Amino acid sequence: MTLVLTDDQLMFRDAAKRFAAERAPVSQLRKLRDDVDPIGLSRDVWKEMAEMGWAGVLVPEEHGGVGFGFVGAGLIAAEIGRNLSATPMLSSAVLAVTALLRGGTPAQKETLLPAIAGGDLLIALASDECVRHTPYHVATRCTGKYKLSGRKLHVLDGHIADRLIVTARTSGDIGARDGITLFLVDPKASGVSITRSSMVDSRNSATVDLRDVSVTDADVIGTFDKGAIVLDAVLDAGRAVLSAELLGVAEEAFERTLAYLREREQFGVKIGTFQALQHRAAHLFCEIELVRSVVLRTLQALDAQEPTASSLVCLSKAKASEVARIATNEAVQMHGGIGMTDEFDIGFFMKRARAAAETFGDQYYHTDRFAQLSGY
Amino acid sequence: MSAQLNSDQTLEAFRRDTRAWLEANCPPEMRQPVVDEYDICWGGRRAKFKNDAQRVWLQKMAERGWTVPEWPKQYGGGGLSKDEARVLREELAALKCRPPLTSFGISMLGPALLKYGNEKQKSEHIPKIVRGEIRWCQGYSEPGAGSDLASLKTRADDHGDHFVVNGSKIWTSYGDKADWIFCLVRTSFTGKKQEGISFVLFDMESAGVTTSPIRLISGYSPFTQTFFDNVKVPKENLLGELNKGWTIAKYLLTHERNMIGGMGTQRVTPLSQLAIKNIGLAGGRLAEPALRTDIARFEMDALAFALTMNRVTDEAKAGNETGAMSSMLKYYGTELNKRRAELTMSVAGSEGLKFGDSHSEEQLAAMWLRTKANSIEGGTSEIQLNIIAKNVLRLPGA
Repeated sequence: MTLVLTDDQLMFRDAAKRFAAERAPVSQLRKLRDDVDPIGLSRDVWKEMAEMGWAGVLVPEEHGGVGFGFVGAGLIAAEIGRNLSATPMLSSAVLAVTALLRGGTPAQKETLLPAIAGGDLLIALASDECVRHTPYHVATRCTGKYKLSGRKLHVLDGHIADRLIVTARTSGDIGARDGITLFLVDPKASGVSITRSSMVDSRNSATVDLRDVSVTDADVIGTFDKGAIVLDAVLDAGRAVLSAELLGVAEEAFERTLAYLREREQFGVKIGTFQALQHRAAHLFCEIELVRSVVLRTLQALDAQEPTASSLVCLSKAKASEVARIATNEAVQMHGGIGMTDEFDIGFFMKRARAAAETFGDQYYHTDRFAQLSGY
Repeated sequence: MSAQLNSDQTLEAFRRDTRAWLEANCPPEMRQPVVDEYDICWGGRRAKFKNDAQRVWLQKMAERGWTVPEWPKQYGGGGLSKDEARVLREELAALKCRPPLTSFGISMLGPALLKYGNEKQKSEHIPKIVRGEIRWCQGYSEPGAGSDLASLKTRADDHGDHFVVNGSKIWTSYGDKADWIFCLVRTSFTGKKQEGISFVLFDMESAGVTTSPIRLISGYSPFTQTFFDNVKVPKENLLGELNKGWTIAKYLLTHERNMIGGMGTQRVTPLSQLAIKNIGLAGGRLAEPALRTDIARFEMDALAFALTMNRVTDEAKAGNETGAMSSMLKYYGTELNKRRAELTMSVAGSEGLKFGDSHSEEQLAAMWLRTKANSIEGGTSEIQLNIIAKNVLRLPGA
């Protein structure tokens, strides 16, 4: 497999690029924020995205999707990053679809995958319980057969989801990889309360409280007590696609900054003539090139289900988080005072870079995990 | 589809034949890891072979043109396609064969000769590079022209059928061991400084050429200062057009940069393995957490860089534009190499400080000191950043 996009992938990317810029640009996110929109995104636009194949990008054709794999999902995510498009792409089309593909029963796949691919069903992953990502720290209890009680944090699109995928402790100690089980939960069920959080990046996140919420064996995704196998795959999928989104955020912030360096004048010259700024920009260019390589390689490794894919996921998420942070911070700095204004868009990119980096493990988390996977 | 299948079958047949030939012809001594500088074969008139195996290996590979697998057959090269050359590299790596020949003729001058040389120059010089008969050195930098290379002052004056060269070059790698030099000289003193430079080739045994070794912080003297006192150079030794040498110089530099940048991806023992040995694990993690973080960050960047080298290679194969990438690879690769050396010294502790004992197994300190030149030679890191700012980012006034 070469690290070059195929003609089909290039066409898919170009279509995504046009669509995101026209139908889900930064101005749309700004409007959703200013209007304090109760949904936090446009479900109509999501329906259009579904028609473009976004919602079903990971869903095989037999279940109503386009089966374009993680490379395809990454191409969309990069455009989402460039435009800061408000979509339920990550929650429904990546996390939920991966969970169902890896652990879903035939009945679950049959009913849920076509509805997700059609853009009609939103499913959110309710997994994290700590403020810093600690995936096996699952204290949500499962008593009897079965009642779930616990609190889930940073549930993306939680307040608009039609279903939740909840991780619960069915055996073992809090923190153990064994003893976690995934359940499908109806957010309207008795005992579920969902509170939307107002986030710095103006995207959707919620806290989910569960009190004696009834579920049955038919709601289990994957194997009872062995849910971590599915959870690991779901999180790695999310991390890889988020890395692609962060790449898009970094690229866009960088290009906007270069344009500004070419046009802004101080001391009677374009500020882009200053070597102090040129060298910082040139270094950043190199870092972004590295992120391009690792993100593409990682998405390919996930598509091929390579055994070392998790190491590459760590590399991608750490590197993309770090480089997007630098790119957006440099963007604000090089724009000077105007970069600090709300009226100017560049701040939105820095906010999104921060939120996407924190989600499912930042550079610190993934540097530690990379070392562990490498045996030190 | 069937054409593809056929070419795959042909390639597999080539692989089988290549492996069989290498197994039959690569001496066992040449399949041992390189341990010191004498294990590297540079060729040349005064070539010193460490042993007979080294001489035989060069001869056998040169006969097939496999010292330069992709160069045209008519000049003694291997004439292999990119895919065949890749298969050969993979098979050489699989059998752990050493490179039969390392030279600046191969890595720098050859590509420029093939692109800019006339028929006579190509048929004269290329076969000798292929066979390792002539060892070349590079006459670029001068005491007063380092990063500002185009301000070079070594002059070649027109004396009818020949030039007379006067001046001095510095940082001539192995200038005292080389047979011929490819040299940038000033042939015009008017107009833009880049437009008065010519590219000439001459014999280091010519009257008036002297070299003086330069001792470096690493203790080694791989470089010389080279002096030219009324050296006669026949006009037929001008490569390309008069006063158009700067274009050739830049073309050659991209090859040099790729070579130096590529050192960042050389297969060496992972730093983490040495760290586990010297520091130990506690609870599965290196016992020094701050150092562990830096090692992990380095190894991640090194992997990201290696993947980027692969991507650039793949892009080039697919026919996509990658010329601007050589500055990026040179800059990032050499800075990574320095980071690796600094961390290796930290991990090695007092053992890494041992110096000057030529019998010690690993000259870590010398290696550490040597890496400092990586971000200076072939255009400093700062020059590479300038080039990226100008040619890639199109920033004003750069």
